[in-house]
Amino acid sequence: MTARRTPSGGSGIDRAEPISFTFDGEEVAAFVGDTIASAILANGIEAPFRSPILGRPRGVFSAGAEEPNAFVEISEPWFEPIVAATMVDVVDGMVVGSRPGVGRLRGYAPRGRPVEHRNAHVELLVVGSGHDGFYPARDAAARGERVMLVEQHRTTERGAGGDFRAEGVTYLTRATALGLYDDGYVTVLEHADELDRLWHVRARRVILATGAFERSIAFADNDRPGVMLSHAASRYLEHGVLVGSRTVVFTAHAGAYGAASNLVAHGGEVAAIADVSGIELDPGLARDAEVLRGWVVSGTEGDRWLEAVDLEGPDGDRRTIECDSLLVSGGWDPNLALWRAIGGGLRFDDEVHAFVPTEGPPWLSVVGSAAGEVRNGAPYWFVPSEDTSRHFVDFQRDQTIADIADTVDAGLRSVEHVKRATYIGTAIDQGRTSGVITAEVVNALLGESPGWQGPSNARPPAMPVPFATLAGPFRGALFDPIRTTPMHPWHVERGAVFENVGQWKRPWFFPRDGEPMERAVERECLAVRTAVGAMDASTLGKIEVVGADAPAFLDRMYTNRMSNLAVGSIRYGLMLGLDGMVLDDGVAMRLADDRYLVTTTTGGAATVLDRFEEWLQTEWPDLHVYCTSVTEQWAVVAINGPRAREVVSAAGTDVDLSREAFPFMTWRDGHVAGVHARLARVSFSGELAYELHVPAWHGLEVWEAVMAAGAPFGIEPYGTEAMHVLRAEKGYVIVGQDTDGSVTPHDLGMDWIVNRSKGDFVGRRSLRRSDVVRPDRKQLIGLFPADGRTLLPEGAQLVPEDTGKIPMPLAGHVTSSYRSLALGRTFALAMLAGGHAMHGRTVYAPLPEGTVACTVTSPMPYDPDGERRDG
Amino acid sequence: MLLVPCPWCGPREEIEFRYGGQAGIAYPSDPEALSDEAWADFLFLRDNPKGAFAERWYHVAGCRRWFDAVRDTATYAFEPSTPPDEGDP
Repeated sequence: MTARRTPSGGSGIDRAEPISFTFDGEEVAAFVGDTIASAILANGIEAPFRSPILGRPRGVFSAGAEEPNAFVEISEPWFEPIVAATMVDVVDGMVVGSRPGVGRLRGYAPRGRPVEHRNAHVELLVVGSGHDGFYPARDAAARGERVMLVEQHRTTERGAGGDFRAEGVTYLTRATALGLYDDGYVTVLEHADELDRLWHVRARRVILATGAFERSIAFADNDRPGVMLSHAASRYLEHGVLVGSRTVVFTAHAGAYGAASNLVAHGGEVAAIADVSGIELDPGLARDAEVLRGWVVSGTEGDRWLEAVDLEGPDGDRRTIECDSLLVSGGWDPNLALWRAIGGGLRFDDEVHAFVPTEGPPWLSVVGSAAGEVRNGAPYWFVPSEDTSRHFVDFQRDQTIADIADTVDAGLRSVEHVKRATYIGTAIDQGRTSGVITAEVVNALLGESPGWQGPSNARPPAMPVPFATLAGPFRGALFDPIRTTPMHPWHVERGAVFENVGQWKRPWFFPRDGEPMERAVERECLAVRTAVGAMDASTLGKIEVVGADAPAFLDRMYTNRMSNLAVGSIRYGLMLGLDGMVLDDGVAMRLADDRYLVTTTTGGAATVLDRFEEWLQTEWPDLHVYCTSVTEQWAVVAINGPRAREVVSAAGTDVDLSREAFPFMTWRDGHVAGVHARLARVSFSGELAYELHVPAWHGLEVWEAVMAAGAPFGIEPYGTEAMHVLRAEKGYVIVGQDTDGSVTPHDLGMDWIVNRSKGDFVGRRSLRRSDVVRPDRKQLIGLFPADGRTLLPEGAQLVPEDTGKIPMPLAGHVTSSYRSLALGRTFALAMLAGGHAMHGRTVYAPLPEGTVACTVTSPMPYDPDGERRDG
Repeated sequence: MLLVPCPWCGPREEIEFRYGGQAGIAYPSDPEALSDEAWADFLFLRDNPKGAFAERWYHVAGCRRWFDAVRDTATYAFEPSTPPDEGDP
């Protein structure tokens, strides 16, 4: 015989609602209220599971979260790679299969359960709605507090789900507290009917009423199907399941007698109770079965299900009793996984023979059996034997007493080391049935007293949780905010390929007729060098710096002087960290005596604004300066190329565009295409260029007007890749690409922008540090590969000599590398040790496909005198 | 996740803040007068006590204001914080 359904009874199931599901390809009958585990037992399925390493037959061992054997994959009506069968309610039509301790991911994107995330704020969160959790929750709610009560089962043993409806209580059933974090932050996973709900709870107080886990006892072949924790038998009676017709109980404490009585009351037979507790017994407890005082279970028999139990008496007598169920109880261990993971302490209590909580965070308390209100007999961890190689401790890792003994023999003493050597406690059951046993076996093997060291620490999540659940709805388009410019629809329409720059979507290049990227970028560069191109530069960070002290403030933030910039003029600026390293760059436009617009790199806008605020608030609160981000308020069209002036003129403007009236590095207020605009003559391509800054809501309209006006001049839209090539041809660096936080202005050959006569500025003092003035620092140079068709990979290392022997001294690395139509060859920018003094020399890039010789050059190969730009 | 006591907004989630390191390290009045060692001491060296530690916090996703707070580095417990102009923590 095996387990079976009782003819009647079982408060946890609804016999009027028969359903069915598929387990390993076979249809299995169940009732609403069954868990997968209770249904498997009710149908008498022998050896439904396998152990993951040894392949031994295994059965359902528990009725809760501590389950070490019964793991299933769910494939319908949702996908879940691995979950304890004891924790999932059967749904009609469900398809599940056994999984030996390890989940597997499918090669396709499976359909998980729908997930939502919710936030909650409560005065009190109680984990566990048994007797000890129910009453504090009810009382707090009666005081008018907001209370959340979390229960991992569908209802509690006392049926609180039915009658607990106090106002102010959020009562979550089939819900698990996954982890406790600082200051009462708790994550709770609720398996609601239609979806999984991940709660983010902030609680002023948290009470753990998480109960206790029943201890196992290790003996030979203790993993055979039919062996089960004693209280699980009582649990399954609530599901109308009798775990066996004829049962033997092996116990180290008085509590297991209740489970025996329950079985008898429901038509089962208890053949014997082997009791090693040594406790004086209430005679009433023994009425249901023969009690064998001091006897132990020395082994089990059977093939795919338990058939008999071998027992050994205190005097060496032996008996074999036929049975189909063996209930084991070594006592109870407070469930303190959540408590320990947030830093709560443990001590071994000699009265209750268990680890109990000590000090923890002030907002957290533990009550009931979790707090140590358990009754155990003297500890009994395993049945001594010469051969303990089938005394299983961690069923999910197939680890035995003998395995623990081997590691202790090898010199390991700490349970944390034993855990890592044996993997005990590292499977998805988190060692709930093996942690304390392992610690106590190690203690015993070392000759130490019980509790000398406790079980290894637990970490969240307390139960396995799919990453998809943690991600919730925050994936795809909701993963991170996506920022687009006002011109974005035009770019999409035109078939732009986008790249992510921070949260921005920027056109990378605009392919025509399916042309490859290389061709598109070439065409876009050619347009800018020979005719005209337009780029959407709206993503530039833009900050208005306003106030009487704005000039003095910017003098302190930039390496050069901004206070003497004339209204109507523009100046390039470099910003350093306190350590003297380049942090960001951009231009400053003087809008008025007390008003500047400064631009930043697209990715650096928030950093620069935060930095301004930090200095203003913490070091210079006396300065009258206000900073406002206006990045989103202005759309920017950058028109670059020899025909740029003609295009702006054709678009229609009231601004005098002549070189004399509107020279390079100035800005003018006026109109373009009928829209109020700020025109700026700045160039990141080295060509004649105008930037049109217009209110964002006119961005698309002005962009379209420019493209229409530019058509007769051959205007092309160009993306960030062409922009990178064009600027690199001019030797203009991109902060964050050519620099990496370890580069000074001098390293970049930009001493010209460091004004040492104007007084202090952020980073100035660091520029004199001995390490910063070393002549052999990596410095920015240009590189020409010997063969003008060879494109160096960005990141390639540079060595001074082609020795061919590994290792070789590294001298630098390539930061930017492109094919240049303007130069008629490939070229690169690189950081090279002592590079400023090496122009004309040869260095080598050792690559897997061969070493490339390169000539070191100035980093500004194109139009070095800037005549085109100033035109 | 910590609840950080912003003196203006009240306790808020840690993710709303940026950490600013040890508080009370003033920017030197004349950095050029400092030796390399004294400058490096200001630039790189900070205390790392177990226990009470005065720190700077920036409520970057809230009121965008800086403040100082004392936190126990062993228990993570904050002492009540005060706005900077109401005295040092």
